[in-house]
Amino acid sequence: MAIEVNGQSFETDEEGYLANLSDWNLELAGAMAKEDGCDLTDNHWEVVNFLREYYDEYQIAPAVRVLTKAIGKRLGKEKGNSKYLYELFPYGPAKQACKYAGLPKPTGCV
Amino acid sequence: MMLHTVNKSPFEKDSLKSCLRLSKEKSSILMIEDGVYGAIRGASTERSVAEAAKTRSIYALGPDLKARGIDLEKLVDGITVVDYDGFVKLAVESSKVQSWM
Amino acid sequence: MSEEANQSSGQVKQFLYVNRRAPHGSNYAQEGLEVALIGAAFEQDVVMAYVDDGVFQLKSQQDTSDIGTKNFGATYGALGDYDVQTIYVEKESLEMRGLTEDDLMPLVYEDEDDDWEEKPMINIVSACQLAEIIDQSDVVLNF
Repeated sequence: MAIEVNGQSFETDEEGYLANLSDWNLELAGAMAKEDGCDLTDNHWEVVNFLREYYDEYQIAPAVRVLTKAIGKRLGKEKGNSKYLYELFPYGPAKQACKYAGLPKPTGCV
Repeated sequence: MMLHTVNKSPFEKDSLKSCLRLSKEKSSILMIEDGVYGAIRGASTERSVAEAAKTRSIYALGPDLKARGIDLEKLVDGITVVDYDGFVKLAVESSKVQSWM
Repeated sequence: MSEEANQSSGQVKQFLYVNRRAPHGSNYAQEGLEVALIGAAFEQDVVMAYVDDGVFQLKSQQDTSDIGTKNFGATYGALGDYDVQTIYVEKESLEMRGLTEDDLMPLVYEDEDDDWEEKPMINIVSACQLAEIIDQSDVVLNF
């Protein structure tokens, strides 16, 4: 599978996760979100950027429970809870946000 | 001159031990992949490797040492670190290459 | 698998992952780590043990950029985030390999019950102590 942005085609797996981490850019993230009917706001970006930083440091995408806890620590309790994160990413915060962040599916996600 | 390569950890397999026993004096021995664990000073393998280094040329592949976090300052005396070019050079200069796996 | 086992006993079982392989020569190390993280993500009580060449997995300063493989050494740093708090390393295995605790990554977890204080995860234990730990674990998995 592939996703097209500005006439350029990027390879993805069958669930829409980017095949090459290095292909990622802001527009591509926006395009992936749009395909899911989602407009990325600052609140979304906060999570997406957090995931990219986490991956950069630990070489894995965190599971949802780990993400929730870490977001809470970084951005405060009002954001570090599943209700807030599921409102932003209704298909599952770790799963969906990782996709837009260009990361593989989270470790601990089946 | 024969080049022997060892790519298994000496703590898991006998490849290094066999290589040291069955290589002739003046031959070259190159530790690669998990074989580079045989280059650590202070390990149980140090004595036999240091002894062999007196009569043979022993090398360890730098990128494999780096990948495993082995400090170049903490190698058995007498071991020479080579990079990929050095590996190729050794192979070209050798009449034969024997891999101990 | 584990969910059913957990429920039938009415309490969380302790899983001990015994890691015995060097990190880069095969996939065992990386897969063992991933399986442990997945288990921990499902709230299993996960404890890690490193013996034999497995102790090399925890060596500090590993940098695979020149051999073209994934630098998964960094992932050990995420164990604490997955609520893994205990890592046992066998003393005899370290000594045989010319290593001491100072050669290992300084892994920590943040203790939620103690104002997120960072606490060390690595415990150096003798073979004898580890035998006891293995004996006391509900489930032992070997990688």
